[in-house]
Amino acid sequence: MGYTENDLAKDLENSEYKFGFTTNIESDKAPIGLNEDIIRFISAKKNEPEWLLEFRLKSFKIWQEMTEPNWAHIHYNKPDFQAISYYSAPKQTKKYESWDDVDPEMKATMAKLGISLEEQQRLTGVAVDFVMDSVSVATSFKSKLKELGIIFCSFSEAVQEYPELIQKYMGSVVPVTDNFYAALNSAVFTDGSFCYIPKGVRCPMELSTYFRINEANTGQFERTLVVADEGSYVSYLEGCTAPQRDENQLHAAVVELIALNDAEIKYSTVQNWYPGDKNGDGGVFNFVTKRGICERNAKISWTQVETGSAVTWKYPSCILKGDNSIGEFYSVAVTNNYQQADTGTKMIHLGKNTKSTIISKGISAGKSHNSYRGLVQIHKNAQNARNFSQCDSLLMTDECGAHTFPYIECKNPSAKIEHEATTSKIGEDQIFYCLQRGISEEKAISLIVNGYCKEVLNQLPMEFAVEAQKLLSISLEGSVG
Amino acid sequence: MLKINNLHASIDGKEILKGLNLEVKAGEVHAIMGPNGAGKSTLASILAGREEYEVTEGSVDFDGKDLLELATEDRAREGLFLAFQYPVEIPGVSNVNFLRTALNEIREYRGEEQISAKDFMALVREKSAIVELDAKLASRSVNEGFSGGEKKRNEIFQMAMLDPKLAILDETDSGLDIDALRIVANGVNTLKSAENATIVITHYQRLLDYIVPDFVHVLYNGQIVKSGPKELALELEEKGYDWIKAEFSI
Repeated sequence: MGYTENDLAKDLENSEYKFGFTTNIESDKAPIGLNEDIIRFISAKKNEPEWLLEFRLKSFKIWQEMTEPNWAHIHYNKPDFQAISYYSAPKQTKKYESWDDVDPEMKATMAKLGISLEEQQRLTGVAVDFVMDSVSVATSFKSKLKELGIIFCSFSEAVQEYPELIQKYMGSVVPVTDNFYAALNSAVFTDGSFCYIPKGVRCPMELSTYFRINEANTGQFERTLVVADEGSYVSYLEGCTAPQRDENQLHAAVVELIALNDAEIKYSTVQNWYPGDKNGDGGVFNFVTKRGICERNAKISWTQVETGSAVTWKYPSCILKGDNSIGEFYSVAVTNNYQQADTGTKMIHLGKNTKSTIISKGISAGKSHNSYRGLVQIHKNAQNARNFSQCDSLLMTDECGAHTFPYIECKNPSAKIEHEATTSKIGEDQIFYCLQRGISEEKAISLIVNGYCKEVLNQLPMEFAVEAQKLLSISLEGSVG
Repeated sequence: MLKINNLHASIDGKEILKGLNLEVKAGEVHAIMGPNGAGKSTLASILAGREEYEVTEGSVDFDGKDLLELATEDRAREGLFLAFQYPVEIPGVSNVNFLRTALNEIREYRGEEQISAKDFMALVREKSAIVELDAKLASRSVNEGFSGGEKKRNEIFQMAMLDPKLAILDETDSGLDIDALRIVANGVNTLKSAENATIVITHYQRLLDYIVPDFVHVLYNGQIVKSGPKELALELEEKGYDWIKAEFSI
């Protein structure tokens, strides 16, 4: 064991001023601000091995040299990175043996989120790793998965239990130098999920993680790593909801997917963080780096339904390294009021006969701005690469904006790239038609919008699709203009 | 059931209806005929509650309620149905989902229980047979990729599902071949009862061979200028609209 909490406690006692804070070590929350000592605090708190602390410190140094990206079509007050607490854990950090042990308040929160874990487990067989303020408080179905050799646990646990896998793959798809937020995440990430599917195993259930931002002023820096070994398959669900909040909350996650030869990963997200109020105050800043790498004959499919956050900056991408590998991106992004979204994907074709599909549906309402930004890059060895992109924008009012920024870089003449884009305003004729059948305006919009997004919603697993449909309706309530 | 009294309406400041009177009782079929631009479709749109039109004068009583005071969706829930001349496509929304939503909203308005999935599907099977609509069309997106004839049949299918008190068929015969026309008309006739009423808006007499009206009205220049039994339609067919124009033009 390396540096432990006790060691830190001693250090703190001895060098109060040096560390700049006098926190009781019992505290579950890091002091506000960011410096090397905070990183050491987080690492110690999590009882991490030396190599991980070094990874964090190296990332922190790199981050300090970087500046925030400003090329995206979004405008916001830059977060003050020294005004954030980088670690907080729920009061009760003990792992639960069974569901009966779970804090009733926690259960009530989950019920409010519309997730009954018991129900989900019993009826749908979804194994849920519930992350509340950075510490995973419940993991289920583990033993069942274990029989198949599948590892599905919190990131912290994986660091302790499977350090060799973490060391091998962490940062292999999203290097710490990748971008400002990825570097920040690498320095201060607190928890997240890890998943490993062994060779030839088809994961029999949807793996699901629900994230939630709970405490005020707590940045969320989640880290997810999914490794699908040769010939394996996994469908992974990530869903988020957040209670109302006045101040901006920063969320900078890193998600890395590794699909080895002949493996397939399906990664679905429903994101519904607090978008700010009608006047554009508050709301979550969502700066996420998501990327996957496909080896030979592998496939990665990203599906996302983005309805929340004040500012979204997110480009789930695929590196199609292996020959015959496939990348897919299906996205619905809804913005209302003053929300801003700049989202899309990158499809990097390196291998021969690689294929990618991009279906993006943007819906703008209120005074919001919704941008699709996508890069299709065909490298010179990517013989016979194929891409099909379709970017549709639906406008609900006269005051909102939809923007499309497609980038195409092609260095191989055998490539075939197709790009289609449409922009339309929600049809008054369609709404009238619904009204004439007795359908209220709200329901009519919900129907029309859900229909418009169907290609993407169809990619989601059933129970997730239902939730996503509800979210779309809620997000667009009273939005017709 | 429906009583229109001295209805004046305009769009963009231009008066289209100029004092229209019409009374429709339960169990009756009324045909409204007239040349292009007479105001036939305007009448249908106003009754259904299209917002672009401004009613400047007059009243419409629908089953004891002031129709013009009701919101568009409430008119539908009260039992007014418009079969569109140009049915609208709603991509990605299946016909059955659309109809189930509509049916349940109507039921909720009337304080009735939601229909169960089983009963609903049984209803779909029963009603789609009336217009010989392929069950596959019921699960396809609303009117998307439907042929002209399929769209019109779909309108009558929806009418059958929603079981309105008053159905207004706006140029339902336009664009139909003879077989489709027969199927559509047959559907309308099957749905006819002593409790409901139908207004058939058409340019041609042809449809009235299949849907036999109790009354024929000639709409010209924003008014009903002539009413009569079904034979009036034949007369119009024979003589065209010019004699009406000659008789009534100002």
